[in-house]
Amino acid sequence: MYDFAYHKPATLAEAVGLLADPEARPISGGQTILPALKHRLDRPAALVDLSGIAELRGIRKDRDRLVIGAMSRHFEIQTSPVVQAAIPALARMAGMLGDTQVRNRGTMGGSLANNDPAADYPAAALGLGATLVTSGGRRIGADDFFQGMFATALEPGELLVSIEFPVPEKAGYAKMRNPASRYVMTGVFVSRGPMGVRVAVNGAGPGVFRQPDMEAALEANWSADAVAAIRQDPDGLNGDIHGSAEYRAHLVTVMAKRAVLDAG
Amino acid sequence: MPSVSLTVNGTSHTVEVEGRTLLVELLREKLRLTGTHVGCDTSQCGACVVHVNGESVKSCTILAVQADGGSVTTIEGLAGPDGALHPMQEAFREYHALQCGFCTPGMVMSAIDLVKKHPDGMSEHEIREGLEGNLCRCTGYHNIVRAIAAAQEVMHGRAAALAPAEA
Ligand SMILES: Cc1cc2nc3c(=O)[nH]c(=O)nc-3n(C[C@H](O)[C@H](O)[C@H](O)COP(=O)(O)OP(=O)(O)OC[C@H]3O[C@@H](n4cnc5c(N)ncnc54)[C@H](O)[C@@H]3O)c2cc1C
Ligand code: FES
Ligand code: FES
Repeated sequence: MYDFAYHKPATLAEAVGLLADPEARPISGGQTILPALKHRLDRPAALVDLSGIAELRGIRKDRDRLVIGAMSRHFEIQTSPVVQAAIPALARMAGMLGDTQVRNRGTMGGSLANNDPAADYPAAALGLGATLVTSGGRRIGADDFFQGMFATALEPGELLVSIEFPVPEKAGYAKMRNPASRYVMTGVFVSRGPMGVRVAVNGAGPGVFRQPDMEAALEANWSADAVAAIRQDPDGLNGDIHGSAEYRAHLVTVMAKRAVLDAG
Repeated sequence: MPSVSLTVNGTSHTVEVEGRTLLVELLREKLRLTGTHVGCDTSQCGACVVHVNGESVKSCTILAVQADGGSVTTIEGLAGPDGALHPMQEAFREYHALQCGFCTPGMVMSAIDLVKKHPDGMSEHEIREGLEGNLCRCTGYHNIVRAIAAAQEVMHGRAAALAPAEA
């Protein structure tokens, strides 16, 4: 790791000011950025630690929405009674991600801002039709936020402040893990509620995406059988030493069935 | 250079570090607490697990400056002042839960956090799942799982003493 200056601002305004420097990067839980810096994939002049900023914290139910502060750690989301009551599939997802030590440090904001194609939360955000609220005061719908591999609608220096999830009637998630890295090979998040029926696929493609054929089928008939015959086109999916694009396409159907069963 | 103030195993320290200094480097190189091991340095193996403010973290994946003002417990800080082992250490010894011992400090620190996070106790399956972030290349995990199952009974006050391992 190259050396860098370290700042720990106490307010969002202070953090945004420090991040006006194009050589500065935010750090939340550090579970992605520190391994990346060790590999010298980036050489920031400064890291701005977001952990002291109260505006980024807290999990609350606001009428029909679950609002999660960007600095909420996976462990907090997994064990939050508010999340467990409003969107149990999201709490389960947080508990199935990484390992105990990663969950003790890693945050939802860091994961969504990073948008790793094999990350879990992007599937929940897209599959629930979440709204991502930023330091620039923007409210970005999940359909516009995720822009392919490691790319999001965030501007340089713009921070994710909170994520608002419309509370669904039903939601479920299933994933096939890579047996070595334990990251997602292919996962599917399904929900039915105020945002209609949504099906989001992660791990399989260069970025999280919606599966319109499955959405239409579940709209007509909410059951695992309804998606069982729907095939995902492998064109454009990831193929690597862990699995071909055809294998991942097959997994989309299998995981979709399991996700519907998980939702109940 | 930034300076960090933290409590390690009950003793306060103020140490000059670089921004990039990892917590494990501070512990091993500045404080000479070499019980915390580095197996991979890529956040995978868990040999470096310590407690920061009571929760288990991979000390190779947290900057020393991020622990500023915090309280750190390492494997050296578990035994009592009289040298009495922590129930988890005692269980690892009794159940032969180590061979080369390289993974052991991280295993013990992770196991203690796991037990604390499951006040109702863990099944064997839950213990295995809970050790996701710790790799052992020797034991095949079996005796580690048995040791944690026995230690949780003592730590939760359901047993006064560790159940002896059968030969
Ligand atoms: C061993 C291991 C296993 C893992 N397994 C999984 C897994 O199975 N599934 C999974 O989804 N993830 C997994 N992860 C990743 C983990 O979930 C990370 O915690 C997460 O991806 C990033 O969160 P963080 O808070 O650590 O972010 P950081 O590492 O601090 O930051 C990540 C990136 O986001 C930027 N950033 C951070 N916060 C903000 C913000 N509020 N606004 C804008 N930009 C921001 C940073 O500059 C950086 O570029 C794993 C990690 C490890 C080490
Ligand atoms: S040395 Fe930290 S996880 Fe391996
Ligand atoms: S005892 Fe050797 S690595 Fe676990």
